[in-house]
Amino acid sequence: MSPLQGYLTLSALLFSIGLAGALTRRNAILVLIGIELMLNAANLNFIAFWRFGPHPAALTGIMFAIFSISVAAAEAAVGLAIILAAYRHSRTTDLDKMNSLKG
Amino acid sequence: MTVSFLILAVITVGGTAAAMGLRNAVHCVLALTVGFAGVAALYLQLGAQFVGFTQIMVYVGAVAILAVFAIMMTHNPGLVERTVVSKHWLAGSVVAAAVFAVLASAIGRSAATLQQHSPQPVVTVQQIGDSLMHQYVLPLEIMGLLLTAALIGAVVIAMDRKEETK
Amino acid sequence: MIWIVQNLWLIPALPILAAGIAALLKQRSRIAAASLAIGSMAFSFLLSLCAFAHVLLHPSAEPLVRNIPWFQFGNEWLKIGWMLDPLTAVMLVMVTFVGLLIFIYSTGYMEHDENFTRFFCFLALFAGAMLGVVIANSLLLLFMCWEIVGLTSYLLIGFWYFTPSAAAAAKKAFITTRIGDLGFLIGMVWLYAQSHTLLFYDAGAGCLEGRSLFHLVATTTVLGLTSASAIGILIFCGAAGKSGQVPLHVWLPDAMEGPTPVSALIHAATMVAAGVFLIARIFPLMYAYTVVKATNEPLSMLVIVPSPALHVVVWVGAITALFGATIAVAQYDIKRILAYSTVSQLGYMMMGLGVGGVSVGMFHLITHAFFKALLFLGAGSVIHGCAGEQDIRRMGGLRKYMPVTFAVYAIGMLALCGFPFFFSGFWSKDAILHAAHNWSVSQLPFYMGALGALLTAFYMTRQVCYVFFGSLRLPAAGHVAHSEPHSEDTDHHGAGTPHESPAVMTVPLMILAAFAILLGFFGTPAWPWFQSFLEGTQPAFSFAGFSEPGIIPVMLSSSLIVFLGLGLGWWFYYRQPIATADSPDAVGRLAPGAFSVLGHAYYIDALYGATLIRINTIWSRLCDWFDRFIWNGAVQTVSYLVLGVAWTDNFVDNYVVNTTFDGGCHTVSFGGRVLALLQGGRVQGYLRMIGVALIGLVIFLLWGAKA
Repeated sequence: MSPLQGYLTLSALLFSIGLAGALTRRNAILVLIGIELMLNAANLNFIAFWRFGPHPAALTGIMFAIFSISVAAAEAAVGLAIILAAYRHSRTTDLDKMNSLKG
Repeated sequence: MTVSFLILAVITVGGTAAAMGLRNAVHCVLALTVGFAGVAALYLQLGAQFVGFTQIMVYVGAVAILAVFAIMMTHNPGLVERTVVSKHWLAGSVVAAAVFAVLASAIGRSAATLQQHSPQPVVTVQQIGDSLMHQYVLPLEIMGLLLTAALIGAVVIAMDRKEETK
Repeated sequence: MIWIVQNLWLIPALPILAAGIAALLKQRSRIAAASLAIGSMAFSFLLSLCAFAHVLLHPSAEPLVRNIPWFQFGNEWLKIGWMLDPLTAVMLVMVTFVGLLIFIYSTGYMEHDENFTRFFCFLALFAGAMLGVVIANSLLLLFMCWEIVGLTSYLLIGFWYFTPSAAAAAKKAFITTRIGDLGFLIGMVWLYAQSHTLLFYDAGAGCLEGRSLFHLVATTTVLGLTSASAIGILIFCGAAGKSGQVPLHVWLPDAMEGPTPVSALIHAATMVAAGVFLIARIFPLMYAYTVVKATNEPLSMLVIVPSPALHVVVWVGAITALFGATIAVAQYDIKRILAYSTVSQLGYMMMGLGVGGVSVGMFHLITHAFFKALLFLGAGSVIHGCAGEQDIRRMGGLRKYMPVTFAVYAIGMLALCGFPFFFSGFWSKDAILHAAHNWSVSQLPFYMGALGALLTAFYMTRQVCYVFFGSLRLPAAGHVAHSEPHSEDTDHHGAGTPHESPAVMTVPLMILAAFAILLGFFGTPAWPWFQSFLEGTQPAFSFAGFSEPGIIPVMLSSSLIVFLGLGLGWWFYYRQPIATADSPDAVGRLAPGAFSVLGHAYYIDALYGATLIRINTIWSRLCDWFDRFIWNGAVQTVSYLVLGVAWTDNFVDNYVVNTTFDGGCHTVSFGGRVLALLQGGRVQGYLRMIGVALIGLVIFLLWGAKA
């Protein structure tokens, strides 16, 4: 097993864990955290491929990861704001109870 | 597969697994912080120092704190007795496991197994800055716009409109 | 004056126009309605005088005819128009003159009636229609006007329609005359089939002219009759209905329910005379028996070859004359006596036509019109003066209270009886009896007529004694039997005291009385002006006319009969004055059974009721049953079929179409419901599906890459 393979497997594992958390947890914030984890796993994938890829001098992997982190931060902020607003409306963060747009 | 990699991998996976599995949401976020730190260390090991430190600053320093704030603000003591997992937790777990299985098999069969060792590239912040300002200036600007919009949007959405509550 | 022939149509048109305008007037416009009627009648009278003068000054054997094409069906034309000949002229003058006098009389008689305007509208319509009958140039046009005359008679008999007896009488009159008109119509259709024209005179092609008569006489039909006789008998049926001959006389006495001017005009002078006029008009058809030469014959002949049609006319007339006279002896209503008297005199007219020809019958018609109208109007004056009383037992001694009425009534009565020499009835009835005496077939009509004359004198004397002589038996106020309930306002006149009628009523009476006397002198044997006028020859005044064989004996015997009748009446009714209204009749005491039978008019109405009317009722019930169950059943079957189709349609629609359609809809909505499960609104579910899709994609890529 090459190092790249190791990193890729690790990133796949992180992705699955994030996905499992997003699919199974009840709390909406924890679902969002799971999605952050999935993004992190993807970032790890990018960096691993940059390190072991053909053209590291092009810095493509790093750029992608930087932008991905920025977007993830922005999305986390907005997502949590939405969860806050939804919580204010329905007094719960339980996703099972938030299945209808009709208030 | 060096030892450091393995240790960091164990820390990361352990942290994230705990983040997804613990009952108390604050504990989850704290575990998540550990996981984020583990990922940052992995970035450092891979030679992407800038990204590693960015990871710590943004994720550990901002996102995790934000998540803690959110958890604290949405804490409802009246609704404690409920299960940790949602109604269809089994289906979700199966799907996640299947995804890992598929991805792992894809990785296992790929040409990545034949990758040989290559020297660690040296990346300076100067290079990253140059690249941002020349090659990736458009995404940078869009990023700025996106962040502005996200900022304003988050404030507007989360604003407490007292006059509209029932 | 040829313009009168051009404009003869104005004579009936003016009264009809007046009727049309009067129909649109309000009930309040009495003066307008009366002046329209009287004015139009006066104009028609003047025009009739012009026509009469024209015929007088230009005597010709042929009638003046104007035939105007009306419409065409197939190859044949129907023509409308009018004709003018002596018969027409005489009838026109009589109808317009008597009508005018009666119209003037009615303004006084109907003064207190609230339906004054309607009365004059109907009267004018009647006058127009009657004049139409007189000048009609074809049998069809005559029939049309005949029917209008019948209609107006119905309207006028039932003038007080709110009285049930009046409404019933009007219906009876109409139906009875209709039965006669059925024969008339059949005869008309047959005549048209044989001669292809209904015009009387059409320059040789008319149905009364030589060519057609020749054809009609040559063909024979049932019972060995010639077509001419058979058609004549059928048309006589119509005349019998209209003129109240036995057995269709039953409507005439009941027609007295109408106002008295109506009785005078229609049921004495003009309408009932229309039947006689009809026979006179088609006389060439009636007497045609021998082979007729191909030239036009004059209208009347002094020596008649008796045809079977004329036989029928004579016998029916004679029976009617005697029949009516016997019944009149036992009647108590003043108008009914006169009604049966009219029936009897119409019989005389028919008899006269049959035995003596057109001039004999028509002379009596003209004189009768005047004195019978006089008698009816006088009776109306009596009724008016007695505040509605019509029963002669409750009148009496009116001679003192109503002298003018008494005088003119006496003149009329004597004219009707045929008092010798001075009164017109004598000359006209005598002409009939003379012709009957000379009839070659049998003397029985003569004896029947003589007996009838005796009875006429008797019952008229009876009536005059009851009404005008003796003591006043009129009951006090409040007990007057209202036979004509709306003829006058009883509060106006002093109830219980009879009074003379106003001048507007007595002056026409006096004019009629004058004519009742004077007209007779136009038809004496010494100066047979009337007969010659109708024949188109020049009359000559010579007493040699009296020396014709048989005239003097007949005159003497008829005078004797009259005196005998007057004497018997005087014996029974004048010598022993009638004490009270309830005391029995003098003759009734002698022969109560016979008197009662006569009083009920031989129970003929009851007979008709038990037989014909019962048959009619049974037949109508049968038809009703048929209609209700057979025709109705058929209709109902069809409707049930339709309902069945509709029900089947409904069933199919509900259970087949709807099920299919609804099933389809349910499937779609079920499918929709199933598909909606995909959108649960649960975010984690969506994410799960994305995960599955990712798995699927990767597997596909892996295997695709491998393959």
